[in-house]
Amino acid sequence: MKELLGVGIREGMLAFGMAAEPPPTGGIDMKKIAAVLLCTTVLAGVAGFAIAQDGVVVGVSWNNFQEERWKTDEAAMKAVIEAAGAKYISADAQSSASKQLTDIESLVTQGADVLIVLAQDSAAVEPAVTAAVGEGIPVIGYDRLIENPEAFYLTFDNKEVGRMQAQGVFAVQPKGNYVFIKGNSADPNADFLFEGQMEVLKAAIDAGDIKNVGEAYTDNWNPEVAQANMEQFLTANNNKVDAVVASNDGTAGGAIAALTAQGLAGSVPVSGQDGDHAALNRIALGTQTVSVWKDSRELGKAAASIAIELAKGTALDKVTGATKFSDGPKGVEMNAVLLAPIPITKDNLNLVIDAGWVAKDVVCQGVAAGSVAVCG
Amino acid sequence: MVDQLAGAAPVRQQQNTQGPFRRFINATELDTRLLGMVGALILIWLVFNFFSQGLFLTPRNLWNLSVQTSGVAVMATGMVLVIVTRNIDLSVGSALGFVGMVMGMTQAEILPKVIGFDNNATWIITLCVGLVVGGGIGALQGIIIAFLKVPAFIVTLGGFLVWRGAAWWVAMGRTIAPMDSTFQLIGGGPAGSIGFWPSWILGVIACAGIVLSIYFGRRQRRRFNFPLRPMWAETSLAVIGCGVTLGAVAVANAYPWPARIAQRYAEANGIPVPEGGLFIPHGIAIPVLIAVGVGILMSFIAMRTRFGRYVFAMGGNPEAAELAGINTRWVTVKIFMLMGALVAISAAISTARLNAATNALGTLDELYVIAAAVIGGTSLSGGVGTIAGAMLGALVMQSLQSGMVLIGIDSPLQSIVVGIVLVFAVWLDTLYRRRAK
Repeated sequence: MKELLGVGIREGMLAFGMAAEPPPTGGIDMKKIAAVLLCTTVLAGVAGFAIAQDGVVVGVSWNNFQEERWKTDEAAMKAVIEAAGAKYISADAQSSASKQLTDIESLVTQGADVLIVLAQDSAAVEPAVTAAVGEGIPVIGYDRLIENPEAFYLTFDNKEVGRMQAQGVFAVQPKGNYVFIKGNSADPNADFLFEGQMEVLKAAIDAGDIKNVGEAYTDNWNPEVAQANMEQFLTANNNKVDAVVASNDGTAGGAIAALTAQGLAGSVPVSGQDGDHAALNRIALGTQTVSVWKDSRELGKAAASIAIELAKGTALDKVTGATKFSDGPKGVEMNAVLLAPIPITKDNLNLVIDAGWVAKDVVCQGVAAGSVAVCG
Repeated sequence: MVDQLAGAAPVRQQQNTQGPFRRFINATELDTRLLGMVGALILIWLVFNFFSQGLFLTPRNLWNLSVQTSGVAVMATGMVLVIVTRNIDLSVGSALGFVGMVMGMTQAEILPKVIGFDNNATWIITLCVGLVVGGGIGALQGIIIAFLKVPAFIVTLGGFLVWRGAAWWVAMGRTIAPMDSTFQLIGGGPAGSIGFWPSWILGVIACAGIVLSIYFGRRQRRRFNFPLRPMWAETSLAVIGCGVTLGAVAVANAYPWPARIAQRYAEANGIPVPEGGLFIPHGIAIPVLIAVGVGILMSFIAMRTRFGRYVFAMGGNPEAAELAGINTRWVTVKIFMLMGALVAISAAISTARLNAATNALGTLDELYVIAAAVIGGTSLSGGVGTIAGAMLGALVMQSLQSGMVLIGIDSPLQSIVVGIVLVFAVWLDTLYRRRAK
């Protein structure tokens, strides 16, 4: 089986190689090429018929490309898929749950052997996932949960992100008035994050050491909204805010802008996530305490290798590193790989720079010499 | 306001049969609609003040409110002209995101390489780039609407998608920060406010302006034999105008710099810190000055220029306006260019205030801007609308939002309340108009 598969993949690559060559100039060359191409196609067809596939095809359904990070994921994913000799096909649902349904159908029609789905709406995508699984095509829920026991779930542990955010702030400011800048109310991750934050802080809140003096969702994760909310919280508490647990770097930026206007930036710890370049710069400057970094390239690479494993017929629970996950809203038990995020603080900024995620001069812009180890 | 002036003369005759309030309104020729809105605003403020245990009507909250309002208020002035001509602009929020991104890139990534980091000219170059891009976007959409005859709703709906996408492409979704230090002043904050004495001087100048304009208005009316307002009405108008202006200045000056910033400033300048901390008033914030300046300029354009008259003529009856020889297409293009330039100003305020240009900048702003204009009395069927009303509408919207956060209402409920208020306000307005007929 492996041998045959190998042949199939090689045939596929040969065909690709020919197509990628510069256009022939002479008539004879033209004929030769055409003949070779024809032969390859026939051969590939025969090989394909023999093993029912001409190399693994990985279909990826993205929910939208409006955010910078999915492009990063895609590049990492593509590299692994192509290195394994498999084929990458994709569709962008442009934030429409219904377009995603037709996207998935068309990926299946195009011959996808395994699907990676970044769900726009985890419930609405169910019918397409069920149909694909029914046809024997494994589905990987990418970054967002698709609560189907027959699908595989790959993500960063979002509750863990929340825990790390709270821990980062708590380590600096174990007592006092806390403000919570939550994410978009329509995004389930916003609640996962908040749950994780609360897990860490619950004991201190119950003991009366920490007081929740304000929490608000941030429409569309919009930093402007976070800024206005933070201003109101500062007004309501007469600036007596000791720590801010913000759910991502954008909202952290809004909160810090509000703190700056009150001269509090730098003395009030603020959390975030995503490793935004601007946030990493703020960490170096000392106005932000922690940004929980989920290296999306790791997620992309993991998705690609899991996809190839699954396409080769590995059972869901036999995938390398698979664990059981049942923390979803419906409590369905699923096979999953949960990657661990990394909290980035002033002390380990070198990680993001060494990983090539961001350039050193971006992180260190405007940082006073000697204040941060990485910046010198 | 335009129709108010025309209706003034006949009303004068019946004043003796009316109560004192009616008589006051008639004599001063104040817009009752606008007065109604001021009343609603005061009511909203009092309710929030009650539920927030007196936090709402503090100088600090009012100062914040003024800064938070300025961005939408600037755009609402342009939206009035757009809606008056029976058009709509759904693209302003997205265009704001795009222009903000362009300005962010200009000052944080392009200019530092050319003229160095934090150069003195950075902010002005950035602002010019923003105005050119904003005006360009407006011109493009205006030309498609006016000359290719594609409905404004569709063109700007397209723009809504295009500019949001373009904002992403400019920086591939990255957040651009930090902004130039001079540019940041446009966004307000302790440094971005003009301080105690300049605020008072400006207040007094504005007050003198109000008195002079009333005086010249009266002289003008006498010259053309128009009915005059009674002297007592003129005086009370002047007193109210000056009172509001100086009151606003006093509030802005009652909000001191935060203790820590004042202390840092004192240390840097070697000023001894007295017992109980240093009291350095904020004064009026620069974004608020910009918004007020834009409001005055736009009111002037709408009421005193030929362009403004064309706009209202086109809104009232497009065919008649065209037959009367108005180049309606060119006027439309100019309106959208103006809108684009205002979007650029608003984008400058938002990015400077946030100290970052982000992808989500301006999301939903188109709806707030349209809502502000409509709450402010701009009729969607065209021909009617005032700049001052729209700015007041923006203040009402922002008061609701900030007030609800202050008393701890979370965002889903906020949206519900704002939505209901919008519909309610427009319903009241239709009732008012029907009765006025």
